[in-house]
Amino acid sequence: MKRPEGDEPALPEPDPGASSGAVGLRIGPLALFLAFSEIAISGFGGTLAWSHRVLVERRRWLSQREFLESLALGQLLPGPNVANVAVMVGHRYAGYPGAAAALAGLTTVPFALMIIVALLYQRYGALPLAQQALTGMSAAAAGLVVATGLKMAAGLPRRWRPWLFAALAFAGVGVLRFPLFGVLGVLGPFAVALAWKEKR
Amino acid sequence: MNPENHAGESDGMLAMFFHFVLLSLMAVGGINTVLPDIQRYVVEANHWLTAKQFADSYALGQASPGPNVMYVTLVGWLIAGWAGALSVTVAMLVPTALLTLLVVRLNARAPDAPLGLAVRRGLAPITLGLILSSGWILVNSVNHDWRGYALTGVTALLVLRTRLNPLWLIAGGAVAGVAGIV
Repeated sequence: MKRPEGDEPALPEPDPGASSGAVGLRIGPLALFLAFSEIAISGFGGTLAWSHRVLVERRRWLSQREFLESLALGQLLPGPNVANVAVMVGHRYAGYPGAAAALAGLTTVPFALMIIVALLYQRYGALPLAQQALTGMSAAAAGLVVATGLKMAAGLPRRWRPWLFAALAFAGVGVLRFPLFGVLGVLGPFAVALAWKEKR
Repeated sequence: MNPENHAGESDGMLAMFFHFVLLSLMAVGGINTVLPDIQRYVVEANHWLTAKQFADSYALGQASPGPNVMYVTLVGWLIAGWAGALSVTVAMLVPTALLTLLVVRLNARAPDAPLGLAVRRGLAPITLGLILSSGWILVNSVNHDWRGYALTGVTALLVLRTRLNPLWLIAGGAVAGVAGIV
């Protein structure tokens, strides 16, 4: 499943129906489905890193810059970032069928795996040993999320306003458990309007 | 599954579907921003899952290959079997994919256009607050004494200080759990 691979120079894999690196490359829905399946299956704990590896380094479907642009737009739009990137890349090369194929590639195998995990969890999840393992896994998974937050925090400007918005969002959603809809509806427009004004 | 589970009924299923659609459309800045609200909906408001089951689902989703969002498949399955798994997964993925297509079709300028920049800059702190909320909620659904918090803290530190694959950290958590450390 996960391939042990360092950052050696990328060898473009033989790719049916695509002459890699060429401009005006023609990539069909099947190739898109397979590429995004590869990303999904390799992408333990970090599908975005694997998207880069597969799309930019191995297949050379996107340049570094194109990848970053897609990612920036994918992060701006709601939803899973990597799924947004898949839709954009799929659409770019093969229109609507391509977008559907890329999204399906990204999600079909993981969906099947999650169903298997669900069945195992229902059957064995209550066993004491499984409970202990799951408790430890959850504590670690919480650590991954906290680390993501801390990384973002390090990049936030050292001014009071962004931190105020972060604190209000945390207090509202994390501590007081208000619905996200309300918190985002109140804070979002202010935050964007202030950022807009600040720029000009 | 809970005996008083109502999401299996068609009304409840439809409501659940639309709730997840709405949530996915609010997931600006990635999928972890809506974790608190998913937890609020399935655990606090509807009691379909316990906080522990929800945290387990998240951890198992992280430990499985694929996008992190796929933990909702497990959540949906635990609520209502196949129908739940499918409807929640489709609700989380398809509407935002359509929105992405729409934006691409409208020939969106680069996200560095002034409005895109203001949206990204403005929402970044809120995203941060929401991600920290997710961490906070997960921490509190499993860690009932200092050792659990310590494991969470050590994991976070390892992510920040090393380049270990997150999978190893989850596996480490499992080992620590089996060894009776947490």
